Amino acid sequence: MGAVTTSVSDQTGGADSVRRRGAIELPSVTIRFAGDSGDGMQLAGTQFTDTSAIVGNDISTLPDFPAEIRAPAGTLAGVSGFQIHFSSNDIYTPGDDVDTLVAMNPAALRTNLKTVRNGGIVIVNEDAFTPGDIKKAGYTANPLEDASLARYRVIKVPVNKLNAAATKECGLGAKDADRCKNMFALGLVYWLYSRPLDTTLLYIKDKFGRKPAVARANELALKAGYAFGETTELFDESYQVPKAKLAPGTYRKVTGNEAVAIGMIAAAHLSGKKLVYCSYPITPASDILHALAAQKNHGVVTFQAEDEIAAVGAAIGASFAGALGVTGTSGPGLALKAEAIGLAVMTELPLVVVDVQRGGPSTGLPTKTEQADLFQAIHGRNGECPVAVIAAASPADCFNATIEAFTIATRYMTPVLLLTDGYIANGAEPWLVPDVSQLPPIVIHHPTASPDGKVFHPYERNTDGARPWAIPGTAGLEHRIGGLEKQDVTGNVSYDPANHERMIQLRNRKIADIQPAGADLIWTGPPNGELLLVGWGSTFGAIKAATLELRQQGINAAAAQIRYLNPLPKNLGDLLRRFKHVLVPEMNLGQFRSIIRSKYLVDAHGLNKVRGQPFTIREILRGAHAVLDGRLEALEYDFLAGPESADVMAGG
Amino acid sequence: MTTTAQNLDVLNPAPKPADYASDQDIRWCPGCGDYSILMQMKKVLAKLGVDRRKTVFVSGIGCSSRFPYYLDTYGFHSIHGRAPTIATGIKLANPELTVWVATGDGDGLSIGGNHFLHAIRRNVDIKIVMFNNRIYGLTKGQYSPTTEQGHMTKSSPLGAPDYPVRPISIAIGAEATFVARSVDVDVKHLEYVLERAAKHSGTAFVEIYQNCNIFNDGAYDYLTDKTRKPDTALYLEHGKPMIFGKNGSRGIRLDGWNPRIVATADTPAADLLVHDEKALEPSLAFMLSRMSHPDFPEPMGVFRDIDRPTYSTIVQSQIEESINKSGPGDLQALVTGEDTWTVD
Repeated sequence: MGAVTTSVSDQTGGADSVRRRGAIELPSVTIRFAGDSGDGMQLAGTQFTDTSAIVGNDISTLPDFPAEIRAPAGTLAGVSGFQIHFSSNDIYTPGDDVDTLVAMNPAALRTNLKTVRNGGIVIVNEDAFTPGDIKKAGYTANPLEDASLARYRVIKVPVNKLNAAATKECGLGAKDADRCKNMFALGLVYWLYSRPLDTTLLYIKDKFGRKPAVARANELALKAGYAFGETTELFDESYQVPKAKLAPGTYRKVTGNEAVAIGMIAAAHLSGKKLVYCSYPITPASDILHALAAQKNHGVVTFQAEDEIAAVGAAIGASFAGALGVTGTSGPGLALKAEAIGLAVMTELPLVVVDVQRGGPSTGLPTKTEQADLFQAIHGRNGECPVAVIAAASPADCFNATIEAFTIATRYMTPVLLLTDGYIANGAEPWLVPDVSQLPPIVIHHPTASPDGKVFHPYERNTDGARPWAIPGTAGLEHRIGGLEKQDVTGNVSYDPANHERMIQLRNRKIADIQPAGADLIWTGPPNGELLLVGWGSTFGAIKAATLELRQQGINAAAAQIRYLNPLPKNLGDLLRRFKHVLVPEMNLGQFRSIIRSKYLVDAHGLNKVRGQPFTIREILRGAHAVLDGRLEALEYDFLAGPESADVMAGG
Repeated sequence: MTTTAQNLDVLNPAPKPADYASDQDIRWCPGCGDYSILMQMKKVLAKLGVDRRKTVFVSGIGCSSRFPYYLDTYGFHSIHGRAPTIATGIKLANPELTVWVATGDGDGLSIGGNHFLHAIRRNVDIKIVMFNNRIYGLTKGQYSPTTEQGHMTKSSPLGAPDYPVRPISIAIGAEATFVARSVDVDVKHLEYVLERAAKHSGTAFVEIYQNCNIFNDGAYDYLTDKTRKPDTALYLEHGKPMIFGKNGSRGIRLDGWNPRIVATADTPAADLLVHDEKALEPSLAFMLSRMSHPDFPEPMGVFRDIDRPTYSTIVQSQIEESINKSGPGDLQALVTGEDTWTVD
């Protein structure tokens, strides 16, 4: 995509992003594009996000797509959605309730309608409401013709026909022309929210530059959608969302997977090391591989391995040879890598393993989010096998968390597991672009042979408990390592019982004494009080927003976001005891809660959601009030089954 | 012959085999064929003057995988079957290193079969030496992927039900650029084959018939017994007709697609099959890999030795191409990206 600046031209109906006469100003808006997998909804959503970011809104997004590339057209299973929350305030989540839903077919309407607030706008492609597709969506009657949508402001638009007419002059086949209808819908929503078209027009030019007819058709569809909003009287008003008051600086939009990839390259620059990223394709981690493969001019080596085990094996080999060896995967892949991670623990080599968590167990919900790999990350290997575990809190936080992972891996000679999840991996937010000259270098020391001929001991530890990273090619330091138990100091194979116990203790202490390379904990609110919400990973946004809301309600609440899950922040036990109640919202059945209960003997309650979807702010508020009111039974597993949060899941 | 630049030991220009021995006590069973392999390896390293500091031996799990402990080079005794993955990572990080993989029939073909296949087809510049004793030794005597069908072992008291795999057929199927076979007790031949492998650029695969005198003793007697050997082994020589038997009395000729044993006295020399280890098309080498005792003499020596760009070379050239096209990566530009906005 070409460079885009914030000054927008006036080429389409005076589309000033910030002010338009007569447009009603709103502090924040959530919209959702929904259609068939092949309808281009992810693209429409991404474009709307880019435009909103560039006009200065705070943004948070939730792509929500099925695992199938193209499920049968018109079915519930094939519905793909993209939700974006854009705002003039600081926001932390993709929005609890949808203000405007774009539904390209009956299945998209049916699966997404429950997310729309009462009185919200529902734009439907009425051309897609054929008897066949209405039936496929599970409706017994056309919902556009009965009272089922009475709670909403329904705008029926014949998108197929209008798009066909708009793109006719390009001479495309009917099928190709039809593929532009996402642009028509996007144009219409751009008009409704007073957004400029520039960013998307540039995108079209860049993307379809080699196919002028296709580029032209997309452009015409986009503009036709915009003009349709402007000239018809279907909408009695339009809206605008002013710029957000973010901290001064230069911003970009970033997803978690992008931030991980950029963070890896940054770690390579900061350490002066070659990055060797080894991975096997797996949803939702593959975008890290794609992003890195496109940056070979940074000296990045990407290795698409034959399987998950080969990927981690190659990463370990690369580390042994002195590079930054790293592998990325999702839960099922992490399971396959377990034995090799144990090898890296035994051989005490630096290794970073990124787990973009998804719904499990087994293949589970590949495209949906979950946080149920925490136990696997901390404990999922044979033997006493401690590794450092870091969890990124948001898409942009993935950048720092990745650099920290390499810093710790190389300083302590240990594998580091970096946990993200499908929600922050694919979700986007604004990122205050860091000045890379201000990032601390990653200092790495490789030993050379002692001039006095002293024998080299590969397992002689420094004050951090780390062994030396002696790399092949260094004269005089030839040594052998492996997965058999090591004799302390010499690293020779040892079956001595006392030595084994000592080595287990040394490996354990090394991890327990790790000094964080960044914030191990993010605090919101006062240091003591009534209720502490404890979160880790991607629940950060919803928990923070809920905590701020609770404080507005006069409740003395605070939130602790744990970034370092192993070792835990040193003062966490003390902090937990300063609150009357502790609530741990997690997208699992209470894994972190179980850890802090056993470690600190604190009576922490759990708010648990395993629906493949992130928490809404409202769900956390309800959980908090249940705890405050002593209605603990309300936290049982069907707690979230209230009408406002129940999703009609694809196929269900 | 394709040769690769050896990492020569400048500090020790005339090394002896003993200079490559580590200080560790060797723990293989007395009489194990592995001792011979270790000895011939040290001889080859010394003969070529290999630089210990730039050499890495990688192994998986099994008796053969103790190999790295006994050589005073860099070494990595990894986990079962995964040595080719570790070796690939080492080469990706530092293509300058000379990397050997020591593996066995169980480690390399059973649990590690997938990695064996993919390391070879990528032509990663590593030398894979497979100690094939047709048995699981370290776990005390279960049948392996190369155990003959019907062979009685602890885990197959009624005979192994599996059809065995031929390691060289797999390697050639994956289009290995160097494939050879030798046997532990034929020390001169083993040394020759290891030296050829050491000089190859790209994946070199060497199958070594190795006797496990505890759990599968005599597995290769048919081939090592001096009286039987002339009729059971076919020594391959590039450009030479395939002749074996006492006084070269027998040879191989093609009958359609199939090899046939003929008497050399009755066969015009021009009709005998001539070995071509440089043939780009691997069908001849594959056919040779199918010849097995007792129907045929088993080919020994170099089956195939061809030239093809190595994996590291290709990976490195993509990086160079990318730098030539876009310039060296600028971290600030990457972090900033292309679409930004400014808040005052």
